[in-house]
Amino acid sequence: MTNLEKLNNIFSEVFSVEQSVLNADFCKDNVEGWDSVRQLSLTTALEDEFDIMLDAEDILEVTSYEKTKVILKKYDIEI
Amino acid sequence: MNNMLNGKIAIVTGAGAGIGRATAQLFSNEGAVVYAIDIKGLDWVNSGSNVGRIIPVELDICDFTAVKDSIVSIKKEHGHIDVLANIAGLISYELMPMIDYNQFRKMIDVNVVSLVHLMSLVARIMQRQQGGSIINMASMVGAKGAKGQLSYSATKGAVIAATKSAAKELAEYHIRVNAIAPGMVGSERFKAVLAEKFAQKMNDIPFGRLADPEDVANLCLFLASDKSSYMTGQIIGIDGGAII
Repeated sequence: MTNLEKLNNIFSEVFSVEQSVLNADFCKDNVEGWDSVRQLSLTTALEDEFDIMLDAEDILEVTSYEKTKVILKKYDIEI
Repeated sequence: MNNMLNGKIAIVTGAGAGIGRATAQLFSNEGAVVYAIDIKGLDWVNSGSNVGRIIPVELDICDFTAVKDSIVSIKKEHGHIDVLANIAGLISYELMPMIDYNQFRKMIDVNVVSLVHLMSLVARIMQRQQGGSIINMASMVGAKGAKGQLSYSATKGAVIAATKSAAKELAEYHIRVNAIAPGMVGSERFKAVLAEKFAQKMNDIPFGRLADPEDVANLCLFLASDKSSYMTGQIIGIDGGAII
């Protein structure tokens, strides 16, 4: 499985959405139910899947599908 | 030895001396693999039966990057972290007009901010394993106040509040968070520098003696072990009867 597939699976599972809706508009402001609890579920899943530990400031920044890709790159995870 | 911590992975900060050192030693004697953290003073680890059972980690707990790297490394090595004993701390004694605010800020950084950061990191690992024990070192003066210790007592009051809030937030993951509030502890530093200054106050201790670091370590062991499996959010005094 590629890293992109892993990422899409995580978003799909955490937000209970089809992978087809994952695009540049998929962000905290546009997605219903993207609260702090959901955000922590998302970051926990990312940490588990990619075997990383996010810095506190990165956890706060995981606020969109695209931003998440950028943050993962900081941890040498190429999407 | 009762193997009360057999198979557990424990982190002890402030392990260079005093309560931290006694706790690291006791945890190891009880079967835990212990990561002993301090900014200095860990030479004692590299002797006798400690070798291989206690792992010295020399770092400044205010250095967030170093702390995180260390936690990640422990997680990768063992897959779990069962106990965090936040014992590192700074102390000061001065009347209010004599407060050194740079020292006060440093004390907040070490006693509170770093403690919260460590709790936060380790709790993220403990959440996944649905359990763990976090022990924070508060102080009797954090609960009761003390003349000449406003700045120190403020940091320890913060530790008490942080302990209770963390206990509430982490209970659903079966992570226990408790704090210990010692009275006067006869650490080497205390005996060497401060014992004379506090001689009068020692008369207020019904047990007639200071606490030994090992007295406090024994309480840490109880809180780290499964013997306290239904306790969380508690601030436990250990003061020889000074406050009853």
